[in-house]
Amino acid sequence: MLKLFVFLKPFRASVALVLALALAQSLASLYLPRLMADIVDHGIVPDDRRQIMIYGGLMLLMALVSTAASVGSSFFSAKVASGFGRDVRNRIFDRVAHFSVHQFDRFSTASLITRTTNDTTQVQQVLIMMMTMVITAPMMAIGGIILSLSQDTRLARVLIAVIPILGVIFFLIMRKAVPLFQLMQVKIDRLNLVLDEGLTGVRVIRAFDRNAHESRRFDAANLDLTGNAIAVNRLVSLLMPAMFFMMNLTSVSIIYVGALRIDAGQMHVGAMLASLQYAIQILFSVFMVTAMFVMLPRAAASAERINAVLDVIPDVNDPAAPVSTGATRGRVEFDNVTFQYPGAEEPALSGVSFIAKAGEVTAIIGGTGSGKSTLAGLIPRFYDVNGGRVLVDGVDVRDMRQEDLRAKIGYVPQKAVLFSGTIATNIRFGREAATDDEVTKAATVAQAAEFIDQKPEGYAAPVSQGGTNLSGGQKQRLAIARALVRNAEIYVFDDSCSALDFATDAKLRTALRSETTAATVFIVSQRIGTVMNADRIIVLDDGQVVGIGAHGDLIKTCAVYREIAESQASLEEVA
Amino acid sequence: MSSERDAIKRQAPPTSIFGRGPMGGFGMPVQKAKDFKGTLRRLMGYLRPHQTKLQIVVGAGVIATVFSVVGPKLLGKATTKVFEGYLARQAGAATGIDFGYVGNILTWLVVLYVVSSSFLYLQQYLMSGIAQKTVYALRRDVEAKFSKMPLKFFDSRTHGEILSRAVNDLDNISSTLQQNLTQLISSVLSVIGIIVMMLTISWIMTLVVLASLPLSVTIVATIAKRSQAYFIRQQKALGEMNGHVAEMYSGHAIVTAFGHEERSVGKFKELNDRYYEGAWRAQFATGMIFPIMMFVGNLSYVAVAVIGGYLVTIRSIALGDVQAFIQYSRQFSMPITQLSSMANTIQLTIASAERVFELLDEAEEPADPIPASTVPTPRGEVRIDHMSFSYKPDTPLIEDMSIDVQPGQMVAIVGHTGAGKTTLVNLLMRFYDINAGAIRVDGVDIREMTRGGLRKIFGMVLQDTWLFSGTIRDNIAYGREDATEDEIVRAAKAAHADHFVRTLPENYNTIINEEATNLSQGQKQLLTIARAFVADPAILILDEATSSVDTRTEVLIQKAMAQLMHGRTTFVIAHRLSTIRNADLILMMEQGRIVEKGTHEELLAASGKYSDLYRSQFSKLVEASL
Repeated sequence: MLKLFVFLKPFRASVALVLALALAQSLASLYLPRLMADIVDHGIVPDDRRQIMIYGGLMLLMALVSTAASVGSSFFSAKVASGFGRDVRNRIFDRVAHFSVHQFDRFSTASLITRTTNDTTQVQQVLIMMMTMVITAPMMAIGGIILSLSQDTRLARVLIAVIPILGVIFFLIMRKAVPLFQLMQVKIDRLNLVLDEGLTGVRVIRAFDRNAHESRRFDAANLDLTGNAIAVNRLVSLLMPAMFFMMNLTSVSIIYVGALRIDAGQMHVGAMLASLQYAIQILFSVFMVTAMFVMLPRAAASAERINAVLDVIPDVNDPAAPVSTGATRGRVEFDNVTFQYPGAEEPALSGVSFIAKAGEVTAIIGGTGSGKSTLAGLIPRFYDVNGGRVLVDGVDVRDMRQEDLRAKIGYVPQKAVLFSGTIATNIRFGREAATDDEVTKAATVAQAAEFIDQKPEGYAAPVSQGGTNLSGGQKQRLAIARALVRNAEIYVFDDSCSALDFATDAKLRTALRSETTAATVFIVSQRIGTVMNADRIIVLDDGQVVGIGAHGDLIKTCAVYREIAESQASLEEVA
Repeated sequence: MSSERDAIKRQAPPTSIFGRGPMGGFGMPVQKAKDFKGTLRRLMGYLRPHQTKLQIVVGAGVIATVFSVVGPKLLGKATTKVFEGYLARQAGAATGIDFGYVGNILTWLVVLYVVSSSFLYLQQYLMSGIAQKTVYALRRDVEAKFSKMPLKFFDSRTHGEILSRAVNDLDNISSTLQQNLTQLISSVLSVIGIIVMMLTISWIMTLVVLASLPLSVTIVATIAKRSQAYFIRQQKALGEMNGHVAEMYSGHAIVTAFGHEERSVGKFKELNDRYYEGAWRAQFATGMIFPIMMFVGNLSYVAVAVIGGYLVTIRSIALGDVQAFIQYSRQFSMPITQLSSMANTIQLTIASAERVFELLDEAEEPADPIPASTVPTPRGEVRIDHMSFSYKPDTPLIEDMSIDVQPGQMVAIVGHTGAGKTTLVNLLMRFYDINAGAIRVDGVDIREMTRGGLRKIFGMVLQDTWLFSGTIRDNIAYGREDATEDEIVRAAKAAHADHFVRTLPENYNTIINEEATNLSQGQKQLLTIARAFVADPAILILDEATSSVDTRTEVLIQKAMAQLMHGRTTFVIAHRLSTIRNADLILMMEQGRIVEKGTHEELLAASGKYSDLYRSQFSKLVEASL
């Protein structure tokens, strides 16, 4: 958690100001009972009304000073905390944006989102609390003790004795309560999980007529949570009464001890009154400090999660001295490439070698887990290889600027991802400077123009977040158009036609073929029908190349290829 | 799935041990409830079973408050006695403070405080039970409601929306019942009690203290109104920023592939700045309230000190009274603050309760008929008689469909993606009710059966594998209530799943985690087939689509499906050529309608849409191999 304090550096001056103002506020507030005592001792006792007025005026002044300081402190701490939050968020987002694809995959998307938004807010809120209370509360407590000591030492000792007692009571209650709270969070999660599963699986539950079973499951979780919540709340309800009782007991003790001392002539009445005020202030600040400590563990957990992200250094970076490719276009070479995901037991790819030139269509086929998408991902350098090299246009991809490399590639992922905006902005994501004609042309080739024209707004039709207002097939076609509009040297289609029916898929492939004659095309697929006509088919099995060649040859020579083909159509069709 | 749950968590206010505190409800723009009184009454209805306990709570609250309100006055009496003794000493008297009297009062005070604190604790103790049990009942009612809702309800809403009501809104209600109800009682009583006590001392001073009330109310109201605009701005900017984060993170690979990192970061910084501008202002506005309330409190303090001091000098009141008054004025400000923030909180809570009640008032499925017809030993004959159905009344979907399926036959449903193949599934399983005509299983209209009874006749294996977080054994056993271990293993073997289960370290006890990521897609599919085996239905509904499954597992799946289909009437959403060709009946669907039906040979001969599809898909394979 302390690691994050480095983000406070630019706010040093404001933080100092906040602390100074908080100090001023505490002192001013603490002075009020003192002045009150003075009113009693110098005004009431001697019946001097003018003194009463004078001290009253001073009190008013002090109150104003305290308030002004408090408001000022509030102002600056609001700015500091919000600024801190803003800076941390910026840093996290920037860091994550530059993560390589596999670094990103180490965290789940949902968790990264929470870390950027929720966790930052948690830390921010605790920061505010700390800034306003970390000075004020102890200040009030210590200042109160000092001032009451200055009034009368014996009486002050009563107060000093009470504080640790109170502290211990709170500590004991909290120690029991905090783990119970954490447990409650677990049970809340469990309840939500059951509810969520009930919603997603509603068809299956009803299909198997298991409503009763689900209700029982839910009831168990519900009961469990309720029991825990009652226990926790009952425990915590001890706090307030305990605090009030201690405060009141303290007041009683002060009066008793005070009376003794006053009677012995060792103390003034005003001192007793002032001590009563201090007692309340002190005990209240002890209470606040405890409250703050309760929020700390949660914020510390958030801070840890944030640091976990910030500690990760992007591992796919630009070289110090980037090399530019020459006149060669569209040449992709894999030279004995081996790649292993960090922490994995076995390499995802081993010893993969091939050369693909401009104008050729290279297909990659294999079952899931065979390494197809990994191979496709190495081309735009989503990850760095462990052995061998990936060369584009004769240059190792690690020696190029990432920007330059990716500008050569049009990539279409397995699951189409669109962004909120319009159809046109989504297609232009591939190339901002694309003209309307180029956008339309890309859409036509991608077999998307049809459905776009059917929409009343056409290319200006809105696309909602995540593209949820479009069907899977429509999204895929737009993703393809987005890549096409780039006029890239190299196209990588990672199983991008899976949501399309056979007819559209066939039309698409025909259109693509004529459109991308000059480019190097990579198609990753599981369908034999899609890869059949490629110039070169790479068959992967368990990360290794088990066959490279054309369809006709592979059917005869490659067992894995034949196996795949057989499972997708009856034997006679394919043989 | 869990991303939705995380989203729900993000929206919920942070729960704190000390509750939302006195400042909790300030500033946030309030969603007004549409029918405040009605919803309130209904919510109170849920409290009715706890009536007696509530009465005790109120009673305890009254006692606690009364005793704590009387305290300062007594303390003041003690102080006055001390003061008198002190003055007497000063004047040279022999005896000073009357310790007998003082001691007496102090003892009484201690007793008072013990009683007050105990009753305060009792109040909270009972309230915990009441509040949590009430929310328990609400949660249970919501869940029970879910099981009676038609599928239409779930299909037309995002899970996030539904969960938000079931979780966030109930959370709100729970917190409010837990804390604010007792706070309300004690605050109101405190205010009344304190005013009464103050009046018994000095009406002048009471007026002085009361004068601060309208002052603080106006200040808070002004600040709240001014800050509303900032809060709205903040929330809006937050929504946009979060939306951007969600999008860019979900599409991280694309952003990287297209080199959009810098642009994305730039946009984020812009949104972040906008949020900052709204956020610090809103924060400051909220932060200002406390100091200003303190100032008003201090103002009273000063006024009481000065005026009180003056009154003591003219012997109008005693010194102890001044001290008591100071205590009262301090004690006064807290309940006032609490009451004003409570107004906001209560609004929010009633709005939440309203949303929950809306849920509970949703139309349910028509109940199962009593007495219901049953089909004790289903043979698997399905007849659809002139059936019509549409999801929306003005967009006709299936019209006048009639098919006749004999036991053991296989019906293949074919069509493009999005053609509406799942509609038929929805209707057969009676997830949706047809508009006209009838569907009969073994001669019995499905509407005359109980839904449970009907669905037991069918078995479903869909592309979307749904497994819950439990053991593999439990998931397979889900197919039938009292499946024996033997039956489970046999089913797993038949589904070719037994082998891979045994390669797992915990075998059948392996727990499938939340998002079921510890199993591959193919393995999940095999488990759902095993589940269907356990159910041993007479009629099967199968979706053959097996994208993103590795070849070897796919072969297993096909074998398993073939075995499952053996001897059963099957409706298959077909993707494989061999399945379609061997079907006894092919239903060709397009945009939800059945456009052609017949056997493979018949449809080819008819040279219609099926013929087109067949030739475009499968003929290529034939060509290439020549």
